[in-house]
Amino acid sequence: MSETLVWSILIPLLGAIVTFWFNPRWVAAIGLAFSLATGSFALWIAYAIGRDGRLLHELGGWGAPLGIDLYADGLSAFMLATNGLVGILISAAAYLYFEPNGDGTGHAQERRAFWPLWLFLWSALNLAYVSSDAFNLYIAVELIGLAGVALIVITGRHDAMVAAMRYLLVALLGSLSYLLGVAMLYGEFHTLDLRLMAELSAEAESSLVLWVSLALISVGLMVKTALFPLHFWLPPAHSSAAAPVSALLSALVVKATFYLLLRLWFGVFSDQMTVTFGQVFGVLATMAIIGGSVQAILQRRLKMMVAYSTVAHIGYLFLLLPLTIPFRGSDTAAWNFDGFSGGIYHLLSHALAKSAMFLAAGIVIMSMGNDRLRNLRGMAHQLPLTTFAFGLAGVSLMGLPPSGGFVAKWFMINAAIESGQWWWAIVLLVGGLLTAVYVFLVLRYAFLPVHPPHFRSPPRRLEFVALTLALLSLVIGFRAVEAFDLLEAGTPFLNAPGGSEGP
Amino acid sequence: MNAVFWIPLLTLFSSFFTGVFIFFLREDQKVLRTILNMLGAIIKLIFTAIIFWGTIFAGINYETRFTVIADIELLLRVDLISLMFVSLSAVLWLITTVYAIGYLERSPHRSRFFGFFSLCVTATMGVALAGNLFTFFIFYEMLTLATYPLVVHRGTRESLRAGRNYLLYTLSGGALFLAGIVWLESVAGTIEFQLGGVVAGAGIADGVLISIFILMMAGLGVKAAIVPLHSWLPQAMVAPAPVSALLHAVAVVKAGAYGIVRLVYEVYGIVFAAQLGILLPLAILAAITIIYGSLRALAQDDLKRRLAYSTVSQLSYITLGVAILGPLASIGALVHLVHQGLMKITLFFCAGNFTETLGVKRIDELDGIGRRMPWSMTAFTIGAFGMIGVPPLAGFVSKWYLSLGGLEAGMYWVPLVFVTSSVLNAMYFLPIVYRGWFRPPREDVWKELIPRGPLETKWTLLAPAIATAILSLFTGLFAGSWLSPLALAELIVLEMYVEGRE
Repeated sequence: MSETLVWSILIPLLGAIVTFWFNPRWVAAIGLAFSLATGSFALWIAYAIGRDGRLLHELGGWGAPLGIDLYADGLSAFMLATNGLVGILISAAAYLYFEPNGDGTGHAQERRAFWPLWLFLWSALNLAYVSSDAFNLYIAVELIGLAGVALIVITGRHDAMVAAMRYLLVALLGSLSYLLGVAMLYGEFHTLDLRLMAELSAEAESSLVLWVSLALISVGLMVKTALFPLHFWLPPAHSSAAAPVSALLSALVVKATFYLLLRLWFGVFSDQMTVTFGQVFGVLATMAIIGGSVQAILQRRLKMMVAYSTVAHIGYLFLLLPLTIPFRGSDTAAWNFDGFSGGIYHLLSHALAKSAMFLAAGIVIMSMGNDRLRNLRGMAHQLPLTTFAFGLAGVSLMGLPPSGGFVAKWFMINAAIESGQWWWAIVLLVGGLLTAVYVFLVLRYAFLPVHPPHFRSPPRRLEFVALTLALLSLVIGFRAVEAFDLLEAGTPFLNAPGGSEGP
Repeated sequence: MNAVFWIPLLTLFSSFFTGVFIFFLREDQKVLRTILNMLGAIIKLIFTAIIFWGTIFAGINYETRFTVIADIELLLRVDLISLMFVSLSAVLWLITTVYAIGYLERSPHRSRFFGFFSLCVTATMGVALAGNLFTFFIFYEMLTLATYPLVVHRGTRESLRAGRNYLLYTLSGGALFLAGIVWLESVAGTIEFQLGGVVAGAGIADGVLISIFILMMAGLGVKAAIVPLHSWLPQAMVAPAPVSALLHAVAVVKAGAYGIVRLVYEVYGIVFAAQLGILLPLAILAAITIIYGSLRALAQDDLKRRLAYSTVSQLSYITLGVAILGPLASIGALVHLVHQGLMKITLFFCAGNFTETLGVKRIDELDGIGRRMPWSMTAFTIGAFGMIGVPPLAGFVSKWYLSLGGLEAGMYWVPLVFVTSSVLNAMYFLPIVYRGWFRPPREDVWKELIPRGPLETKWTLLAPAIATAILSLFTGLFAGSWLSPLALAELIVLEMYVEGRE
C-alpha cells in the first residue's frame, strides 16, 4: 500500500521521459494519458489516506534517520488531490490550447516542450507533498523551480524570456536560502527527517540557531511563494507564459512552497510560532491582499490583472498563520484549526478559480488577438461561455456564496472573530470587495456592446474546460465535509499544542 | 418523508434548470426559449401551490437539510412567512415572464437575459425558503450577482454606471452583513429562524447584540433602500421594464425587506428586540425614508424615476411596521410585503407599456394617454390609488393596520407619518392620473412604436398589467377571505404573539 507514494512520483516521471522521446505527432495524446493516470492516481491516494489514515514508506527499507522516508498524511493528501483534480483539467486545456491547426502545423514546438516539462513538474510537486526529508524537499523545490522556468519560455517570446530569467534567479536564491536553513537544522538535530526533527524540537530549548534557520527557510520559501513584498517576479512571469502554463503556475506551483512552509512552521518550528510571529505574517498578508488587489485594479491587461490577483490571494493563504496561532492566552494554548482549514480550503478554491481565469484570459487572447481590457468589448456576446467562466471564477475569488472561496472565508472570519482578532476579519472583507472591483472591471467591458473587428472562434471544448474549473470552484462550496475530514486524516502536526488532534 | 425533502428543492430549482438551458440557446430559438420560460414558471407555480396546500391544510413541514460542513447546513424550510414570499414570487414571476417575452421581442441577447432572469428568481426563491442565516446569505448574495447582468443589460454608459453603483452598495452592504452573521454565529451558535427569536437568553452582552444588529441592518438596509443607503435604486431603473418591475416588487428590494422581517421576528424576536432598544431607531429611520422618498418622488419628471422613489418610500412601510411592537403593526408589515409588490409591479408594467407603445417616458408626455391606452391607464390608476391608500384597495388595508399598530404601541407619530405619506403619494400620483385621463392627448410627441391593433398594445404587455391590477384590487376587496395575504399575515402574527410565548 505505502509504495503507492513512490508511484505517485514515478508515473509522471515516466510520462515525462516517454513524451520526451516520443514522436511529436502523438506527444499530446500520450501526455494527456499520463496526466490522467497521474491525476487519478493522486486522487485515489487521497481517498485511501482519508479512509485509512497516514501512509509511510521507508525507501529501501532503511527508515529514518538512516534512510529517506516518504510520508503522507491528510494535509499531503489534500495537496495531492488538489494537484490531481486541477492538473487533469489543466492538462485537458493544454491539449486543446496547443492543438495543431487544420493543416497539422502550429504549436508544434510548444507541444513538444510542454508535455515532458509539465509531467516532470508534476512529478516534482508530488515529491514535495510526500517527502518527509528536508533535503529531499530541497530537491523537489529546485526541480519545481527549474521546470516552472522552462515552461514559461516554451512560447519563445521575448518578454517571457526576460520574466523567466528573473524568476530563475529568484528561485535559485530562494532555494539557496532554504538550503542554508536546512543545513543549520541538521547541525542542531543531526537528522533531516521532518518528523524526527519535529519530535526533537519539541524537547529542545529555543535557540538562536533555530531562529536563524527559521528566518532563512521562511525568507527562502516566501520568495518562491511570492509573498508581498517578495512578489515582484510573479506577475510578469505568470502573465507572459502560455495560458495553460500560467494556470498551473498560479494554481499549483506557488502553493507547493507554501505547503512546505506550513510543514516546517507547524512541524519543526512549532515552538517558535508565537503571537508576534503570527501577527507579523498577518501584516505581510494584509499588504499582499491590499497591494496585490490595488495593482490588479490598475492593470490594463487581463493576464497581468489575473497575475496580480494571485499575489493578493497568496496573502489570504498567509492569513491562516495569525488565525491558527492562538492570540489570547498563553503560547501553549491550542491552535485554532478552523482558521487553518479555512486557509487550506481557500488554497483549493483559488487553484480552481484562478486556473479557470487564466484559461479564460487565454481564450480571449486566442480569439480577440490581445488581452487589453478595452479590447474586451463585446466579449459577453462573442464568448458567452468564457465570460461566464471568468465571472463564476470571480465569484469564488471574491468569496461570495455559493463557492469554495465563501466557505473558506466564512471559516477564516469565524476564526478571526472567535480569537478576538477582528482586524483580520476586516482585511478579509475588504479584500473581497477589492477583488470584486477588478472582476467587475473586466465584466463591465465585456458587457459593452461593441464587437471586435477580428474575431476567431476558440475551440468550444476549451471554453468548457474553463467553465468546468469555474463551476467546480463553486460546487465545492456546497459540500466541504469530505475535504475538511481529509485534512484531519493521519493527524498532521503532532506538535500541535493542546493535544494532537490535528485540524 | 422524501417528498418533504425534495419539494422545496424542486420549487427552488424549477427555474434554475430552465435558466441554465436558456443560456445555451441561440438567439433565434424563440419558440423553445418561450416554452422553457413558461415551463419553469408554471412548474414553480404548481410546486408553490402544493407547498401552500400542504403547509396550511395538511400540516406538513417541508424541509430540505444538507450538511455543508460540521454544523453549517443548507436549510430550505417552508414556514408561514416564507410561504407568503414564495407565493408572491411564484405568481409574479409567471406574470412577469409573459410580460418580458413580449417586451423583449426584438431586442438582442435574449438568451442571456432570460437566463439571468431565471437565476434571479431562483435566488429570490432561495431567499424566501432559507431556514437559517447561512442559507439566507448565500441566496441573498446570489441575487445581487444574478441581477447585475440584468441591470446593465442594455450596455449603455448609463446602465453601466447604474450597475457599478448597484454593486458598490450591495457588495459593501453584503460584506457588513456577512461580518454580522459570522459574528452572531460565533457567539450564539448556528442561527435557525424561529418565530419569537433565538438569541434572547443566550447570555450574550447587549452591546454585542446591538453592534451585530447594526452590521446586519447595514447589509439588509442597502437592498431595502433605507435612506441613506437607497441611492442605487433610482439609478437602477435604467434596466428594461420587466427587470425594474421584478426588482421593485419581489426580487432585490423585497429580499432586503424580507430579511429585516426575518431578522427582527425570527432571529432577535420582536419582544427582545424592543427590550434591546433597537426598534425605535429603526422606526425613525424608516419614517425618515418614507417621507424623504415621497418628497424626492414629487420632484421627478421621469415616470420610472418617480416610481423608483415611490418604492423607496413604500418599502419602508414594511420596515416601519416591523419596528413597531404589537400585533396590528406586524400584520400591516407582513401584508404590505405582498401588497406593495402587487401594486408596484402593476405601475411598472404600465410605465413599460407607455414607453414601448408610444415612446413616452416623461410625465408631461402622458397627457390624454387614457384615450389611446385606456386599459393600461386603468391598471395604472388602480395601482396608483392603491399606493395612495384609497379603500378598498390593497394599500388601504396595509395602511390601516400599520396606523392602528402605531396607535396600539402608543407611538402617536406613526399614523401621522402615514397620513403625510398618503398626502404626498396623492400629490405625485394624482397629477399623472389627471393628465392621463383629462388632458388633451399629446399625439405630437407620441411615436407609434407598436401600432394599434384590436388591442391598444401587444396582449403580452397588456394582460400582465391587468392581471396584477386585478390582484391588487382583489387582495384589498377580499382581504377578509381565508385565502388573502391578510389572512396569512394574521396566522403568522397569531403564532408569533400567542403561541410563540410558550
